[in-house]
Amino acid sequence: MSQHHVIPFKTYMKVAAALVALTFLTVICHELHLGPLAGPVAFLIAAVKAALVLLYFMHLKYDNMQNRVIFGSGLIFLLLLIGFSALDIWTRVQSMSTL
Amino acid sequence: MGTAAHGSNSNVNYLNEFKGIKSWLLSLDHKRIGLMYMISILTFFFVGGIMALLIRYELFAPGKQLLSPDQYNQVMTYHGAMMVFMVIVPGIPAILGNFFLPLQIGAADVAFPKLNLASWYVFMFGAAIAISTFFSTKVDTGWTFYTPYSIKTGTAVVAMVLAAFVMGMSSILTGLNFIVTVHKLRAPGMTMFKVPLFVWAIYSTAILQVIATPVLAITLLLLAAERLFGVGVFDPALGGDPVLFQHFFWFYSHPAVYIMILPAMGIVSELISAFSHKVIFGYKAIAYSSLGIAAVSFIVWGHHMFVSGQSEIAGVLFSFLTMLVGVPTAIKMFNWLATLYRGSVTFYSPMLYALGFLFLFAIGGVTGIMLASMGVDVHFHDTYFVVAHFHYVMVGGTLMALMGGFYYWFPKMFGKMVDDRLARMTFVLIFIGFNVTFFPQFILGAMGMPRRYFDYIAPYESLNKISTMGSWLIASGFLLSLYAMIKALKSGEKAPSNPWGAKTLEWQTSSPPPHFNFDKKPTVTGGPYDY
Ligand SMILES: [Cu+2]
Repeated sequence: MSQHHVIPFKTYMKVAAALVALTFLTVICHELHLGPLAGPVAFLIAAVKAALVLLYFMHLKYDNMQNRVIFGSGLIFLLLLIGFSALDIWTRVQSMSTL
Repeated sequence: MGTAAHGSNSNVNYLNEFKGIKSWLLSLDHKRIGLMYMISILTFFFVGGIMALLIRYELFAPGKQLLSPDQYNQVMTYHGAMMVFMVIVPGIPAILGNFFLPLQIGAADVAFPKLNLASWYVFMFGAAIAISTFFSTKVDTGWTFYTPYSIKTGTAVVAMVLAAFVMGMSSILTGLNFIVTVHKLRAPGMTMFKVPLFVWAIYSTAILQVIATPVLAITLLLLAAERLFGVGVFDPALGGDPVLFQHFFWFYSHPAVYIMILPAMGIVSELISAFSHKVIFGYKAIAYSSLGIAAVSFIVWGHHMFVSGQSEIAGVLFSFLTMLVGVPTAIKMFNWLATLYRGSVTFYSPMLYALGFLFLFAIGGVTGIMLASMGVDVHFHDTYFVVAHFHYVMVGGTLMALMGGFYYWFPKMFGKMVDDRLARMTFVLIFIGFNVTFFPQFILGAMGMPRRYFDYIAPYESLNKISTMGSWLIASGFLLSLYAMIKALKSGEKAPSNPWGAKTLEWQTSSPPPHFNFDKKPTVTGGPYDY
């Protein structure tokens, strides 16, 4: 079957260290009180962390195209969820909404 | 009836090869795991059914009959939560899918037998948590856990939500297992367009389970986080949005409707073809429409929220998209009808249940289109019209098919024939009882009777009385079924390997099958319905 790529232990440790560092970065950003940017910045850091986990711990970086496409299709559903929910919130007419 | 047996003639089978409770609790055999699911799920169904009878009894007349208003809310919550998360969502895939998916594709087992057993334990663990809440502060939110009430109520919402989370995990594991099984373990010669339609249905369901269930898990965790730590996702006082909960919840729970109904449609395809003794009409159309339903089901969830305060634009969009579900569903309906046309139809009990499904599901589906039109739904929302609609889909659809599947495959599962005269009587009782119970609820809803209320005013009384009496008919039908099946287990005629003369692979091995399903690995040349 497919060739199994073995990731060196050192790489794992580096990724783990990066994840810890990014966690601290999240805390620091929170302490800076970025106002309206606080949410986007926190999400950006979280997305980088998730990408690291996916690429290295879940081996997506070394995987074949088929599995990457299947994973990507999961993101489409995430976009649907966030997209439609955001559409609702952005298009509410505040003066008429019961909310 | 009946064709020559190709299976083994020895009396060793999966039921008697190993003995003792450990041989069951540690079994990796998909058939035994299917039966363990069957016993647990039927037990939950029994309890959920008693709750249903209590609800109907309470509504027999205005005022208090048996339950206090608080108890009524609790019974209604547990009826809904148990029937959804512990009976209808896992029901067909975990019992009949587990048992027959490998058999129908000519495999010895599922791809990951240990994972299969693990998912049963995970399911039972979740069920235990759910039941434990019944002995502490009983949950009274309804099965949907809507915010803001679910954040404020002083009941065991967190535990109940955790239970649904854990059972969702089990659902994901089962779905994953089935996807890999279908891709990797088909018998030589069985291409994707030669697998039985039940397999296609279970496969589409598995995709939904894997994609949609994690969103439920996240939603429920956010709800728990909000209750425990005051994170302001849903509570407006903390800057949250309560309608966001409904978005997240229905992103899972609408596809979940298809997790419940797609496997039922798969069973109906098998039954209609087998008892018309005719190749299924439009095989590919039925297979693709399963995938079509699965895909469309992800972009329609807002139809549960027309009066929630969601924006008009979102409402119109969701209303339009929901209508699309009617297309693949109607494709299936017409293909089943076309299969019946000029078939040599025999009316054994499984076929009666399949025809009952066609009739009831048509009503459930068409009223669904009515509710999908936003203008109509504004009036019907939260009335008994909606209650009647989804019971026609869930009970008239899924449970009818499940019963048909049980009677169809019982000889294969246990090697005994059920007295079909008794089985047909159960159909008559359940079918009539179902319509007597739920048809009046359409009228009650149109008259404006709100759902989920403990009490009602005098004009609603006579129809409620009829509805309650119908529930007794349904109960007697299920009890008679239980009797018929126990009688068959004890003293039923020995089943031949293919009592119905069907063509799919599970009928080519002995009844009940040996431990690894087939004595000789089958090779497939023709299609599953070559009559
Ligand atoms: Cu829906």
